[in-house]
Amino acid sequence: MTARVGIVLFPGSNRDIDAVNALRVAGAEPVVLWHESVDLEGVSAILIPGGFAYGDYLRAGVIARFSPVMRAVAAFAEAGGPVLGICNGFQVLAEAKLVPGALLRNRGLRFVCREVALLPEHLDTPFTRELGVRRPLRMPVAHGEGCYYADDATLDALEREGGVLWRYANPDGSVAGPDDPGNPNGSLRGIAGVRNAAGNVAGLMPHPETAVEAILGSDDGLGIIRSLVVSAAEYAATGAVSGTTTRALAGGAA
Amino acid sequence: MSEQPAYRFAVNVTPKPGILDPQGRAVEKSLPHLGIAGVSGVRVGRRVELTVRAVDVAAARGVVDRLASELLSNPLMELYDVEALG
Repeated sequence: MTARVGIVLFPGSNRDIDAVNALRVAGAEPVVLWHESVDLEGVSAILIPGGFAYGDYLRAGVIARFSPVMRAVAAFAEAGGPVLGICNGFQVLAEAKLVPGALLRNRGLRFVCREVALLPEHLDTPFTRELGVRRPLRMPVAHGEGCYYADDATLDALEREGGVLWRYANPDGSVAGPDDPGNPNGSLRGIAGVRNAAGNVAGLMPHPETAVEAILGSDDGLGIIRSLVVSAAEYAATGAVSGTTTRALAGGAA
Repeated sequence: MSEQPAYRFAVNVTPKPGILDPQGRAVEKSLPHLGIAGVSGVRVGRRVELTVRAVDVAAARGVVDRLASELLSNPLMELYDVEALG
């Protein structure tokens, strides 16, 4: 059975068509969900795409957080359903407190649009399970507010509990600290993406959905999208997703 | 029922101490070009003015506090204060 994955569409979303394409390439059926609807149409995973929801007024993601569809997404996440936010979608999830931390203005103040190398931390999560091996993944970033911030206690807890899923990498493969060339925005500890404590909600600033075919310059993002699709199929079949907190915690608490 | 009185407030939102504020830093670095010296600690925030109708000023202030903490500021990275306007 083809997994059905919802794509939340806000006024100002602009990566939704890329997300539709990526999900099709990954073998899923994309279902576009309008921001004013609370009906998730029976999808078994949610992807919140990039863009500038509600013009990014006030703070990126904050107004989207209060939209009707996000009430449904929060309930879906609470029930254990897999949710992935990309770029602006990550900002929406952070503002909604569905993932920890906040995205500040880029340290260099500029909107940054370029390719980065992304290093996955764990290969057994709902969002990384199809990556196979731990190697840097090439994909673009395009954002003005992507500097990941949380206080030291939160960062320590995230690292201890396996909550950091992706970090920016330098050309030599090392983790890119806030001022390193591989870090596009000054994110603390090189963090590009995190997940929630339960393990079923994740967000990242780079764009795996625009790196899913060789003709796009890279297909390194496909493993992340396929991971979401496999998790969606599993959630549809069993009502749960493997690779969530219990396993990740067991691996991270050594 | 008579209409409730209106109270006008300003909410000032600023980056928390210790949070990197690249806008403030950029403003500060531009000051020498203006020939201005001796200015430091520039932090750029946001000011929102609004009118609230409520039974009394305490109730109005409660409304402002709620929207300031839940919407106008992100407590992870920002502080706010509420100012009563005339």
